[in-house]
Amino acid sequence: MQATQPIGPRSRLSRRIETPEGVILPIELGQRGERAVAFILDFLIVIGIIIVLYLLLILVIVGGKFSGIGWLFALVMLASFFIRSFYFAFFELRWQGTTPGKRTMGLRVIDRAGGPLTPQAVLARNLMREVEVFLPITVLLSGTFKGEIWETLATIGWLAVFMFMPLFNRDALRVGDMIAGTWVVTAPKALLLRDLADGEAADTAEAPPSKFYTFTTKQLDAYGIYELQTLEGVLRDQRPTAREVRAEVAKRIRNKIGMPPADPANPDTERFLAEFYTAMRARLERRMLFGVRRRDKHDKR
Amino acid sequence: MATVHTPAASREPPKETPANAGSPILTLKSTAFRAEREPAWRRLEALITRAEKGGLASLNARELLRLPILYRAVLSSLSVARAISLDRNLLTYLESLSGRAYFLVYGGRSNALSAIGKFLAVTLPAAVRAARWYIALAALCMVLGAVLGYVLTIGNLDWFYTFVSDGMSQGRNPTADTETLRRPLFYDGRGLGERLTAFASFLFTHNARIGIMAFALGFALGAPTVLLMFFNGLTLGAFIALYDSRGLGADLIGWLLIHGVTELGAIVLCGAAGLMLGRAVIFPGEYTRLQNLARAGRRAAVIVIGAVLMLFIAALLEGFGRQLILVTEQRFLVAGVTAVLWALYFVRSGRGAS
Repeated sequence: MQATQPIGPRSRLSRRIETPEGVILPIELGQRGERAVAFILDFLIVIGIIIVLYLLLILVIVGGKFSGIGWLFALVMLASFFIRSFYFAFFELRWQGTTPGKRTMGLRVIDRAGGPLTPQAVLARNLMREVEVFLPITVLLSGTFKGEIWETLATIGWLAVFMFMPLFNRDALRVGDMIAGTWVVTAPKALLLRDLADGEAADTAEAPPSKFYTFTTKQLDAYGIYELQTLEGVLRDQRPTAREVRAEVAKRIRNKIGMPPADPANPDTERFLAEFYTAMRARLERRMLFGVRRRDKHDKR
Repeated sequence: MATVHTPAASREPPKETPANAGSPILTLKSTAFRAEREPAWRRLEALITRAEKGGLASLNARELLRLPILYRAVLSSLSVARAISLDRNLLTYLESLSGRAYFLVYGGRSNALSAIGKFLAVTLPAAVRAARWYIALAALCMVLGAVLGYVLTIGNLDWFYTFVSDGMSQGRNPTADTETLRRPLFYDGRGLGERLTAFASFLFTHNARIGIMAFALGFALGAPTVLLMFFNGLTLGAFIALYDSRGLGADLIGWLLIHGVTELGAIVLCGAAGLMLGRAVIFPGEYTRLQNLARAGRRAAVIVIGAVLMLFIAALLEGFGRQLILVTEQRFLVAGVTAVLWALYFVRSGRGAS
């Protein structure tokens, strides 16, 4: 499917999934830093809730002669356990693979193979947190290290393998993701801009809807898809320097396709580029319909 | 040579003729395609934007029904666009829109109640049945530990200190007199009162964490899981040997089994889940190690959730049942009944459903 993908820089975090309908979609893995922040947010929420529960309990104990302290204590303990163990699973099930922290950072969990995210997978990846996070924290905080120094180091090393697993593989999987067959991706939004080849939608001052220039096939075949889409980028450019860039690009194109240079008094850059873009796209799309997908200007087809 | 005047075959004539109409307007197939499909994309985009902010719950029933239809329409648009259009912005937009819709459509189900019901009635027992050999192996590790612990300790009571930590024995060790050992077995909870309820919930959280760990540590080739099962057995065997040496063996077993059938069963299930992970890493078979781990992990997680539920029931039996039932024979009866019930549940439930 390489040929059907648009040309552009692909980062090291770009991956592809195949949806159950058989369409290949590009996705972007979440960055490790973003994931760490999302986790810390969620973790703070969990700790916060548990602390509030215990504070309430203390208030009840100090405040009055409430008789069911034992029951209440048992209840708080149970609640803490369930909140700690199932907070993540609960939200990932209810919110289609996100938690409050993940939603804040624009992350979500999906199935690595492209299928639906199953409840089993959500439970598996989150039960694993017990050894990835809560066990190391308990061990480090409880100060159970009274033995040999190498024992301490071995324990810390063992726990570090779990904790820092995302740093050691390309897909930034933590152990829970490996177990569940999931990964964490970002959901970037793209805006639909106007179609540059749509004469009617065009701003009439910039590019009148009538054809002013005529190009021969030979001239249009000077470039391929890569150049076309680069030109698209130049035309959509909104930065202050864009005007100069376009003037330079127009000059080079005229030179390349053997057209005389523009009149310096009235360069007509915008219209020239817009019409050249439209004509070239028409030519390349037409050839595509006949099965020829000309990658770039070096592609001899 | 023909220039590229592509006629707008599939498109209606322009609504208004441009003022400076000279040469014909160039309308590409891809432009006409976009004009025709764009309203559907915009509708889906509006739905998704709302659902991303407020969750699927913010959509009404009609919109929920329309979501997958619009999603498939956009996927088909994407496929067409890839074949006929070179507008990069359009392609990027359609990919992003399809991706966002995909996340919502395949992001998991939100109907928690029916999911829980199906889980208990079908998924869990089926997963346990499928894991029967792992369960047998985990149980075997524990039984071997118990036998070894018993045999060694009954031969020489000093072994007791090796197998049982001070924190766990709480004074119940070979130096204690028989009455000290006997008293907790038939303690009816009077005097301690409410501390027992807290104790029961402590036991539950403690055991549940051990169970989850037995599962999670299975990732390390299953070795920690086997050791955990074995040491658990050793401790058990050592205790039984100590009490047996004072003629309290049957009483202790009754005291243990009233909740122990459920609790040890749960621990064994967690161990079996851990072994499944271990095996997936060691013997990947026809899949890659990572794929296989993912397959085994999901099945194993189901078992662990079941085990945590069992531990919850075990803690109730331990915290209350044991203080209410003080006759060893009755305790054995309860233990037997729970054993039969668990066996029936795991063997029979949801058989035809899958």
